[in-house]
Amino acid sequence: MNRFDATFTALKQNNETALVGFVSAGDPDFDTSLAIIDAMASAGLDVLELGIPFSDPTADGPVIQRSSQRALENGMSLSRAMDMVAAIRAKHPELPIVLFSYYNPILAMGQNEFYAKATAAGADGALIVDLPPEEAPELTSQFDGEFPLIHLVAPTTSPERQKQILASAEAFVYLISRTGVTGSGELDTSSIAGHVAEIRDATSAPICVGFGISTPDHVRAIGSDADGVVIGSAFERIIEDGLDVPAELPEKLGAYVRDLKAACK
Amino acid sequence: MTERIDFSQQPDERGHFGIYGGRYVGETLMPALLEVEAAYEKYRNDPDFVAELKMLLKHYVGRPSPVYHCKRLSEACGGAQIYLKREDLLHTGAHKVNNTVGQVLLAKTMGKTRVIAETGAGQHGVATATAAALMGLECTVFMGEEDIRRQAPNVQRMGLLGAEVISVTSGLGTLKDAMNEALRYWTGVVEDTFYVIGTVAGPHPYPLMVREFQKVLGEEAREQIVELAGRLPDVLVACIGGGSNAIGLFYPFLDTECEIVGVEAAGKGIETGEHAASLSHGKLGVLHGTKSYLLQDDGGQIHEAYSISAGLDYPGVGPEHAFLKDVGRARYDTITDVEAMDAFDKLCQYEGIIPALESSHALARGMQIAAERPTDQIILINLSGRGDKDLSHVVQIKGENV
Repeated sequence: MNRFDATFTALKQNNETALVGFVSAGDPDFDTSLAIIDAMASAGLDVLELGIPFSDPTADGPVIQRSSQRALENGMSLSRAMDMVAAIRAKHPELPIVLFSYYNPILAMGQNEFYAKATAAGADGALIVDLPPEEAPELTSQFDGEFPLIHLVAPTTSPERQKQILASAEAFVYLISRTGVTGSGELDTSSIAGHVAEIRDATSAPICVGFGISTPDHVRAIGSDADGVVIGSAFERIIEDGLDVPAELPEKLGAYVRDLKAACK
Repeated sequence: MTERIDFSQQPDERGHFGIYGGRYVGETLMPALLEVEAAYEKYRNDPDFVAELKMLLKHYVGRPSPVYHCKRLSEACGGAQIYLKREDLLHTGAHKVNNTVGQVLLAKTMGKTRVIAETGAGQHGVATATAAALMGLECTVFMGEEDIRRQAPNVQRMGLLGAEVISVTSGLGTLKDAMNEALRYWTGVVEDTFYVIGTVAGPHPYPLMVREFQKVLGEEAREQIVELAGRLPDVLVACIGGGSNAIGLFYPFLDTECEIVGVEAAGKGIETGEHAASLSHGKLGVLHGTKSYLLQDDGGQIHEAYSISAGLDYPGVGPEHAFLKDVGRARYDTITDVEAMDAFDKLCQYEGIIPALESSHALARGMQIAAERPTDQIILINLSGRGDKDLSHVVQIKGENV
């Protein structure tokens, strides 16, 4: 059983919502970032989405734009992020790790090499923001073995298109809660519940909801319908607000993960 | 060319020109692109749509624009005959309006109430604001703060035309950053808003659609040059930022024997690293929804492009140009800031025409080629825009020498 299946099955048995956390790799620097992720994983994070910073993050709002910028300025790259994955894997053997990236850094590395390095480092899959299912085979056809790409469904996705996307769902489905970039807008929990139910009819894959989720109240509201919640900008805001004392960041992030995780149960 | 390629069959149904092009965007935008594509396919050959577009191009935009034989400039270069396709004479002063009238008409036909656009030099922003005013749609234009500084007259024009101009402060505040922000904004308002992309880049169907709206200039030029000179030109020259004026000129000539030369901005010199020559010095990558050549580092992070001309400093290039380069149907040369400024001066002095700094790059390369060729050869250069918008920038560069 792969780490995604093991994690989601165990959570389901305990009637818990999965807490999926996005963190920009290398924000604000390699060592602090690694310590932050270690603390979050130890505090109960269920799935890690490790963000690979990109110079032109067109799907992201200002918070993640700034975190990407900080990481890039401190020398982060897809190649260095693989080192980080290996270091996290050494400490957290069961934690599913998703590489969250734009496509260009992967193309620059080469599709084959990406697969080889990611699997060797211990990553479990990838979510490539700007690689829709139509274009994905040019990447996945270069993979030598299992390495799931997480598919996304948006509020704008038509029912017919949704059916096609869900037909090849792997690991889990990422439901975007609303239109817009990351870290913006309000959460409309009632419309999300309907969309989750619709997706559940079409796939047996776990459903995780992201965009606009930042508090334990949000987690409780979404968790009553979805299998997991994805939180990103809220973590990056804590990092940004605490940049003057980086040494305190791991404990701050760990504490917030505990608060959120309590709302998952 | 190794084999005969039917260029009229490009791109394929998912927007690929060979290995280039395609549609690389987040899921929230995918349905919007499919909707634009479906609407474009529905109306591109619709008799009412075609008739209205034709009427607007003739009576509002001022088409056809003339082709003009630059006798004094040709003589000064001492070689081949230089002809200009005068897109600078169109309403709003550049070729950009061909495309915006088409796209905004499509937006209106689709029932959209608002349009957004990115702009570098401001020409596409002005042309979008113009078409939006004409058709009664709201308009928001994203423009980098550095470009707002360089192109103040165009910012004022957009204001007069009723458009809201949003200053983009991320990155270096140029065209790439404006496009990032326009894409982000569109992701939030995708249901009632049409994104008017100004060049032959971006996700499918934009490279196809913008080419189709721009090719009118090349179709006219092909007829006009035969009328004037009695035959097709030997060489076509156009400047390339994203490449919309160039594809507009080149496309109707792809099935001829004409040499085709695109001109990228070499900025302060290729060796300085401060340039915008993505075809000549970039690598394969994906940016803003399309796969093409990009200025980037080894890790796939995008470099900022530089040119004296705000309309050329884009780190990518339209996928069809990448394809034309690969198959050998077009070649892509570079011109520096200094060479472009020199050509700018020469056109002012010899022909009484003030060209845009973008077009001055095409002019500079065209003049170099003309100088190397016999006097009976014909060089057709696309004068994509007029230089009024650049006056304060040029005066600033020249200091007291004006």
